[in-house]
Amino acid sequence: MDIRLDGISHSYDDFEVMRDISLHIESGQIVCIVGPSGCGKSTLLRFIGGLERPSKGRVYQLGEPPEGCLNPLTYIFQDFALLPWRSVAGNISLVLEDHGIRGARAKGIIDDVLARTKLSEFGNALPKQLSGGMKQRVAIARALAVNPAVMLMDEPLSALDAQTRELLMDDLVDLWVRQPFTAVYVTHNLAEAVRLGHKVVVLSRRPGQIREVVEIDKPLQERNFGDPELDAQQKHLWELMRDEARAADAELINV
Amino acid sequence: MSDTTISTPAETAGKGRTVAFRGGGFAPKSHRWVGAAVFVFLILIAEWGTRTGWISSLTLPKPSDVLETFKELYTSGLLFKHLGPSLSRLAIGAIIGVSLGISVGILIGLFSYIRSGLVPLVAAIFPIPKIALLPLFVIWFGIGEGSKYALIAFGTFTPTVVATYGAVDNVDRSLIRMGQSFGLSWFSIVRKIVLPGAMPGILSGMRISLAIAIILLVAAEMLGAEYGIGAYILEAGSLYDLERLFAGVVILSLLGVITSGVIGLIERRLLGWRS
Ligand SMILES: Nc1ncnc2c1ncn2[C@@H]1O[C@H](COP(=O)(O)OP(=O)(O)OP(=O)(O)O)[C@@H](O)[C@H]1O
Ligand SMILES: [Mg+2]
Repeated sequence: MDIRLDGISHSYDDFEVMRDISLHIESGQIVCIVGPSGCGKSTLLRFIGGLERPSKGRVYQLGEPPEGCLNPLTYIFQDFALLPWRSVAGNISLVLEDHGIRGARAKGIIDDVLARTKLSEFGNALPKQLSGGMKQRVAIARALAVNPAVMLMDEPLSALDAQTRELLMDDLVDLWVRQPFTAVYVTHNLAEAVRLGHKVVVLSRRPGQIREVVEIDKPLQERNFGDPELDAQQKHLWELMRDEARAADAELINV
Repeated sequence: MSDTTISTPAETAGKGRTVAFRGGGFAPKSHRWVGAAVFVFLILIAEWGTRTGWISSLTLPKPSDVLETFKELYTSGLLFKHLGPSLSRLAIGAIIGVSLGISVGILIGLFSYIRSGLVPLVAAIFPIPKIALLPLFVIWFGIGEGSKYALIAFGTFTPTVVATYGAVDNVDRSLIRMGQSFGLSWFSIVRKIVLPGAMPGILSGMRISLAIAIILLVAAEMLGAEYGIGAYILEAGSLYDLERLFAGVVILSLLGVITSGVIGLIERRLLGWRS
């Protein structure tokens, strides 16, 4: 299933947030969205997942979601959004219960996604007992449980420390290599963007517009930490963004 | 700040001085025995004062006499004759008031029109002393049990509503967004996200509501009650029988301690997830 954004513009009252964004998200690809603070990345992601409506333009779903897909557009949030009163397994079963999946069938799915995110031993733990990286792996497991057509990730690694971030990036690459998924991945971190993105969309400062779409052809599994080719791409992205980021920063101070 | 004000051990040559500790505190723990010790201490003072005579018997009854009265009450079987009806009034009234209060509080927390319509109404009835309405309830619900249930229910209803909708307002919106983003039904979101998220606030509101219920119990038994702790206290009061008055008051206090303990237990069971 592909996603197409068609001329998306949005304002909150007279506060213009983004202008005429058109984008094609192909099945099996990870599209990273980078841009300065406040340029509307999170808002765009809410449009894609149907949590909010743009003032102009439409988001289209092209084709049917795959067989067995419970929730085609599934989010992974920066703050994990786990229910603190439910165990790890309970948090995953939460999103299955409404589809009438309970008992042995639910257990099968939960065991499978916990194994894929290396959390098998922690099914009964409460979120308060987990580290940040583990919480985010639970959130990823929960997203995998509904077998999404497109994963919408809003800075999923930003709340984590640098080492955990590296490890989780490896985990995401592994997951993708084993079973390619489609994702829109919003981040501030250009290293994440060049590591995970097949396409990197650079937005301008507010009102957010597409400045450039950078394609990175190197297969995900061959991208390593400190790869010179990726470093060059990252540098290129930073040059695109630097002035925008500086201007955006100054703007925020002037408010 | 001058150095001399910092209470540190004397400087040891070359090693500098220990950094003064200034963390800690602000994290009260419960030490059960301290609470009991306070009670025992106060009772002992009262006993000593009444025995030696610097507290006259008109000011305060002797605690040992109160205990004696209490024993009599127990052996004569009157205790349970009074306690039974009171407990059932308390339970039925509070269950009605609290469950209605939680439901209305959740509706106020979730729907704008209900909120706009009911919040001013609740604010208007909250400060009414419910005791003043007792005659009205007697007319509406009869002099029997009905008016007593109504008074206690009404008294527990308003604080429960206020605590509940405050608690619903405080539920983490990002969790609700999460529920929506996974396509959970409205009902599932309320039951599995809003309600458990509001539980801490609802339970602490319930502590207050139940204390109010006990206060209102005495008021409810002012009219048309032969048996009941409240009736017993009021009768003793009108006869200036301080021993019996205090015996009754002690029972009410015990009820208060027990309900608060029960809520503490429920909190520990239901809210173990809090970090
Ligand atoms: N509900 C809202 N009402 C009014 N303004 C909003 C609302 N949501 C976002 N905005 C504004 O829209 C702009 C874009 O917000 P958004 O959160 O999408 O930016 P972002 O690119 O995700 O920023 P960041 O990088 O800081 O996460 C911001 O200036 C923000 O203040
Ligand atoms: Mg954002």
